[in-house]
Amino acid sequence: MTRYLQLVGIQLRVSAAAAMQYRANFIIQGLMTLGYIALTLLPLGVLFGGRSSVAGWDLPSALVVMAYFIGVHAVVEGIVSPSLVDLVERIRNGAFDYVLLKPVDAQFMVSASRYEPWKIIDLLGAIGLVVYSFHLRGSPPSPVDLAAGIVLFVAGVLATYSLWLACAATAFWVVRMDNLVYLLGSIFDVARWPVQVFRGMWRFVFTFVIPVALMTTFPAMAMLGHASWRLTVATIGGVLLMLVVSRTIWRIAIRNYTSASS
Amino acid sequence: MRTLRALPTLWRVGVAETIAYRAEFLVWMLTTTIPLIMLALWTSVASEGPFQQYTSNDFVAYFLAALIVRQLTSNWIAWQMFEDIRMGVLSMRLLRPIHPFAAYGISQAAALPFRSVIAVPVALALLASSGVHALTTNPLQLALIVPSIVLAWLISFGLNFAIGAIGFWVTQAFAIGGVYFTLYTLLSGYMMPLDLMNSKFPTLTTVAWSTPFPSMLAVPIKLLTHDLPTSEVLRLLAMQAAWAIGCILLGLAVWRRGLRHFEAVGG
Repeated sequence: MTRYLQLVGIQLRVSAAAAMQYRANFIIQGLMTLGYIALTLLPLGVLFGGRSSVAGWDLPSALVVMAYFIGVHAVVEGIVSPSLVDLVERIRNGAFDYVLLKPVDAQFMVSASRYEPWKIIDLLGAIGLVVYSFHLRGSPPSPVDLAAGIVLFVAGVLATYSLWLACAATAFWVVRMDNLVYLLGSIFDVARWPVQVFRGMWRFVFTFVIPVALMTTFPAMAMLGHASWRLTVATIGGVLLMLVVSRTIWRIAIRNYTSASS
Repeated sequence: MRTLRALPTLWRVGVAETIAYRAEFLVWMLTTTIPLIMLALWTSVASEGPFQQYTSNDFVAYFLAALIVRQLTSNWIAWQMFEDIRMGVLSMRLLRPIHPFAAYGISQAAALPFRSVIAVPVALALLASSGVHALTTNPLQLALIVPSIVLAWLISFGLNFAIGAIGFWVTQAFAIGGVYFTLYTLLSGYMMPLDLMNSKFPTLTTVAWSTPFPSMLAVPIKLLTHDLPTSEVLRLLAMQAAWAIGCILLGLAVWRRGLRHFEAVGG
């Protein structure tokens, strides 16, 4: 266990050093965060400009979902995505051999081997948005709801991570998947909306098939105090299931790895 | 002239590339399906009653038109160019007696038939089943749809080429591609009809219309779904043509300046 922590420490240092090398990216990243939050808020503004509530969600509550969306996105883009891009590249050029040779779990190596420290700006933006929406609502969340909201935030990140890992594992079969990140990004885009806004088939798909509801809607409901204990427990159970399934897919996929280097 | 003679070969290479990397191609196709999600969202909002002047059917027509236009006009040449510059593949392309603008352009255009095979029938079927009366019947507009989509493609390609050429200065230029996509999503009418945005954010909508982004998406959709007076149709087409020329010239200019910075990484 300590070995894993040490590894995380080393990789964080390396990533920080790499990030400081490209300082121009800091300004670009800051601007992008602003643009990104504007982009996220704009349809919401239009929607709630014409309606006071949509599918039971008013503006401040929907803003909390948005904040969760930005927050989960920041963590995933900051920790998981860069590593998975590396994974796809390594499978293609055969460097994945060296990952397998290392005396730690390969899934750990590919899940958190590179970080994008600048993404912390996005996370701060998300926290700011939560504070602002509770200011609009007029009352802060109760300590219990706050705690549940934070626990489910972690659950949301893990749910997203599972889906990402499962998709990245397909790179073992179809070698060229450089653009995977963009696909995952556009799936995840759904998570900016409360799942109740969708109807019929779509809501079913986004709750059970591509469970974006676990990533943002249910955690936001917990923070807002709208989630029953059953929903909270079901969310955590669902996320655990996703972790197990993605781990299984990963193990099957890794068995299919035929080195490209020799 | 030389380019013209090489065109059939370049086209075949482009087709072969698309088939060889079909999984990657399919993933790129799937990333352009956001209009379907926006469709699900807005129709369920409109099912409680029309949103502003838009009914459920109007949204169906709008976003399916958006899907068609987006499938036919999007390209990922900027990413390809970043890779080529970063990995040094560009040296090989520079040795060829054809301007890379044409070479990249043909390789992207060669993927178009595949994209229409996948995207257009689906969208047309959906359009016919639920949104056909929201389409235009004006023959002039129907005739001008194809030129309008071609112009949209040229604008998109010119801008992407310009962004790709920024890779000459910045080794990690992916962030710039992200900014471009953010602006595109925000200003082109990709997430909602620009009319809806106008009622709440009039200034932003004015800003949007003074950028090339609506010419890439909102204009073809407008031609497809709204009956417009002839003068308005011609004005929109002229605007697209102006942006197309501007964006191609921009792409070529950035390329020429950037080439002097080329350090031929790898080798």
